[in-house]
Amino acid sequence: MSSVPLLSLLVWLPIVGALVVLFAAGRNDGLARILSLGTAVVVFVLSLGLYTGFDSSTALMQFEEITPWIAAFNINYHLGVDGFAVPLILLTTFTTVIVVIAGWEVIQKNVAQYMAAFLTMTGLMIGVFSALDGMLFYVFWEAMLIPMFIIIGVWGGPKRVYATIKFFLYTFLGSVFMLVALIYMYTKSGSFSILDFHMLALSSKEQFWIFLAFLFAFAVKVPMFPVHTWLPDAHVEAPTGGSVVLAAIMLKMGGYGFIRFSLPITPDASAQLTWLIIAMSLIAVVYIGFVALVQTDMKKLVAYSSIAHMGCVRRGLFFPFIIFAKGATGGSVLGIEGAMVQMISHGLISGAMFLCIGVLYDRMHSRNIADYGGVANVMPKFAAFFVFFAMANAGLPGTSGFVGEFMVILGAFQANFWFAFLAATTLILGAAYMLWMVKRVVYGEIGNDNVAKLVDINRREFLMLAILALGVLALGLYPVPLTEMIHASVDNLINHISSSKL
Amino acid sequence: MNTLLIIVLAPLVASIVAGLFGKQVGRAGAHWVCILGVGLAFVLSANVLYGLVYGGNPVINERVYTWMVSDGLHFEIGFLIDNLSALMMCVVTFVSLMVHIYTVGYMHEDPGYQRFFSYISLFTFAMLMLVMSNNFLQLFFGWELVGLVSYLLIGFWYKKPTAIHANLKAFLVNRVGDFGFLLGIAGIAYLAGTLDYAEAFAQAPAMADQQMILIGDWSWNAVTVICVLLFIGAMGKSAQVPLHAWLPDSMEGPTPISALIHAATMVTAGIFMVARMSPMFELSPAALSFVMLIGATTAFFMGLLGIIQNDIKRVVAYSTLSQLGYMTVALGASAYAAGIFHLMTHAFFKALLFLAAGSVIIAMHHEQDIRKMGGLKKYMPVTYWTSLIGSLALIGFPGMAGFYSKDIIIEAVHESHTWGASIAYYSVLIGVFITAFYSFRMFFLVFHGKERMDKHTREHLKESPWVVTVPLVLLAVPSVIIGALTVKSVIFGNFFDDVIYVHPSQDVIGVISAHFHSVLGFTANSFKHPPVYLAFAGVAAAWFIYLKRPSIADNMAKQFSGLYRLFENKYYVDHFYEKVLAAGSRGLGHGFWKYGDEAIIDGAMVNGTANTIGRFAGWARKLQSGYLYRYAFAMVIGLSGLMGWLLFKS
Repeated sequence: MSSVPLLSLLVWLPIVGALVVLFAAGRNDGLARILSLGTAVVVFVLSLGLYTGFDSSTALMQFEEITPWIAAFNINYHLGVDGFAVPLILLTTFTTVIVVIAGWEVIQKNVAQYMAAFLTMTGLMIGVFSALDGMLFYVFWEAMLIPMFIIIGVWGGPKRVYATIKFFLYTFLGSVFMLVALIYMYTKSGSFSILDFHMLALSSKEQFWIFLAFLFAFAVKVPMFPVHTWLPDAHVEAPTGGSVVLAAIMLKMGGYGFIRFSLPITPDASAQLTWLIIAMSLIAVVYIGFVALVQTDMKKLVAYSSIAHMGCVRRGLFFPFIIFAKGATGGSVLGIEGAMVQMISHGLISGAMFLCIGVLYDRMHSRNIADYGGVANVMPKFAAFFVFFAMANAGLPGTSGFVGEFMVILGAFQANFWFAFLAATTLILGAAYMLWMVKRVVYGEIGNDNVAKLVDINRREFLMLAILALGVLALGLYPVPLTEMIHASVDNLINHISSSKL
Repeated sequence: MNTLLIIVLAPLVASIVAGLFGKQVGRAGAHWVCILGVGLAFVLSANVLYGLVYGGNPVINERVYTWMVSDGLHFEIGFLIDNLSALMMCVVTFVSLMVHIYTVGYMHEDPGYQRFFSYISLFTFAMLMLVMSNNFLQLFFGWELVGLVSYLLIGFWYKKPTAIHANLKAFLVNRVGDFGFLLGIAGIAYLAGTLDYAEAFAQAPAMADQQMILIGDWSWNAVTVICVLLFIGAMGKSAQVPLHAWLPDSMEGPTPISALIHAATMVTAGIFMVARMSPMFELSPAALSFVMLIGATTAFFMGLLGIIQNDIKRVVAYSTLSQLGYMTVALGASAYAAGIFHLMTHAFFKALLFLAAGSVIIAMHHEQDIRKMGGLKKYMPVTYWTSLIGSLALIGFPGMAGFYSKDIIIEAVHESHTWGASIAYYSVLIGVFITAFYSFRMFFLVFHGKERMDKHTREHLKESPWVVTVPLVLLAVPSVIIGALTVKSVIFGNFFDDVIYVHPSQDVIGVISAHFHSVLGFTANSFKHPPVYLAFAGVAAAWFIYLKRPSIADNMAKQFSGLYRLFENKYYVDHFYEKVLAAGSRGLGHGFWKYGDEAIIDGAMVNGTANTIGRFAGWARKLQSGYLYRYAFAMVIGLSGLMGWLLFKS
């Protein structure tokens, strides 16, 4: 195993693939598509090696690679993964395949560039999830935004410039503080190793400021109320593939950041500020739920639902501190594992929802709910998928959407009844906004002549939605393979954060 | 174990075949595969029940697979097969089988034929998973899955605006119930540390004294909180006030599913669940009182609404609501066995009444208004006689199935000491009169009296085909005999020993049993009590008002116009939901969006920051205009300022 640098391969292969696509097939759209699909599939198959070769009995980093990078500052090219990173990497490589398939016929302008941008982004995102050096992490973290800007800026909608600038301002502001925190910790520990940061003794004041610095970076990404307003705009302007990657993977970076940095580096500050995070996330369930209800644009509606669902992740990550404060630990594992499961599940479901909206948009060039009605009459296969994913998004048991939320609510009950109570309102609100949209888009008499002319999904679209549907069902009916993989890492994290650093 | 797997998987496989390969297998293929699947499930279920009751087979409590393990909690999929679940399995699969056969006739012209069969088989699977579960997780799975299928079936005719309004409403109201239910399950996981029934119930006595602090220092008995939360789930699914509003609207779905889902099986899931949780509920008198009062309210007030309905299906729907109230009252009185017994008899006669109503609707060319019917007796003899049997069973005519179950509930409430029992007693007692009145009002208006339909419809009136009438007859048989046949063992025997737990001080069935000697004696004895006479009075009143002197009904409607309007508007509950809750939510959402997100966060904070920086930059830019004289001027001013400061400082 150690002979093959699997993680490096996963990071750089898509980027090399992107260059090949760009230079070898710049003019030849067909070749560009095939090369991109080939690269995406190879990367996905390789990433399965992480699953098969993963030892789920330990929380130690696996598949580690370490080489000096900038020796003067003790910065290393250090990669490695644990139970938190592997599922997210698998989600990334899987989503890339879907995104390439989704863009197959839809993208007619600058095909090679489009595909290259996505492949590059894949490599960089895998880099984020596997970097164990703070500086390396930061480089990947920032670099990943560049292809995203390009994707929204070039293939995006009419207001794409506003959306990209907003996206940039928000995320960049966040990351700058993170950089400061990383450098500060370097001056304390003499290295940028994230694992060293975990062990670094920090006073409560230091922890407080470091926590806030990271919070800026991650809260924007997750996104947390009230710094969430970039997301609906970015989604609306992004092309379908961009929305899928944004929802399925980029939002997870925030959650991953909390797990990798905030919780283990500043456990005392996390405990101290838990109320803030939980209050914000509980406000978000209700506030965002109601806002989602009245959206007129399908993409905005799903974007708001993403914010609500990611709220569940934050609750899961932070209410364990309330349990610790009571001197107990029961329920804390449920919270963190639930948050992880929710991230993976949300990746599949929100990706699928955006693909569904993309299918409609490709035909009608409208995302406006009012322009639809009675789609089931002309697109029965599509309607079945749409209703299925909407139900999954509303947390129907048997689909993956249920698992994470169920775990987090079960765990939250052990922290405080009212947390569970407010968190569970998503059961009602989530169903309300999703199914009301379904009612207006899918059901009813044919709304207008444009709807009457719609044709049902073709084989390519069927394939991508069916694969996602199977994933959503498999995870909902048998989540064990996922939870097994993260058990050891969660236990280790709980151990680490339940004891004070002071 | 394999038998059990076949029982649940046969309908599931059938559903998948009919649903995904509907085009390939064709209409006949779809209905055959579904009927065979459900038929197989029924035969095996009957065999399981027989083995338990007569064969001395042990109770089965087995795991199928481990769904997940986290935080020491084992989430499992497994079966608990005792007399309660076996009985439910038989009821579900039998009614489902009848409905499957009936559907062949009822839906034969519908373009969504295969889809319909796929849904009802999927429903059977979900309902079986619900009743056979041995843990809370799977219970919730089944619970939500039947809700999903109910949603899909109410909206089966998805072009109908009323249908897609009704299915959304049904799902959301049920979700309000599920919200409570899920919290209740979380509470069990918290207190008992397990989701397995047997393990959780074993710890129930230890939980009895635990307190939960909810608001300030106000502590509550934890079991009461959990039981009330679980019961909120039951209120949604079993359509108890105030979460009842979805059930009458669900009649927008095709009639076969009204019989199967919204009368016989799914809506009784709440009753089943509370009976299953008897070891928990028995610990909390407060929760039992709550259950009883909700049930009594539903039984009484929903029955009243049945009187003024003119849609044939809605009359039966309100009757279902009211009867579910009866079952709930029984639960509240700790007479779980009586509740389940009524659930069973009701499943047969109510499915019968719905299917008979469907038969009438076919004959009437989908006219559902009973004011436009009348005199159908001579055109539809089978439907007529089976409807009569169903109605008699419903009103509790001595000897019929509903008689035993209803009489025992009324007696049980009479004996009960649970707080609120006296209110409940009078509710269910007067309810008997109301039930008889609305049932026979409908019966007389449909089958007797003047023929009020138009000429075209009258010329085409005929009895429905055999696929419709055979299920009617097959359901009529148990509607007559099942009560007399089983009351002795189910209620007064040991059928539910070790399955349902009743605290000795609340054992009302035990009190009634003391007077029980034989089925015949029990039947004869009932003539000494008021319910039988109330039922007769109800029938007589309906006959007099609607057949003998039809003018009375109109006069009464005018005399009591205020009350009539209250009934007509269903106590304004729907108005409240739509005008206040739904509209309020949309208003709130709009407010949050326009003022919160757009004005404050985006307007003031995000773009505000950008604008402020922009303005600042614009001002700063003026300093660097590139004009030499400005720089020179600035230098002169600066220099003088500096010199002046140095001078005056010393």
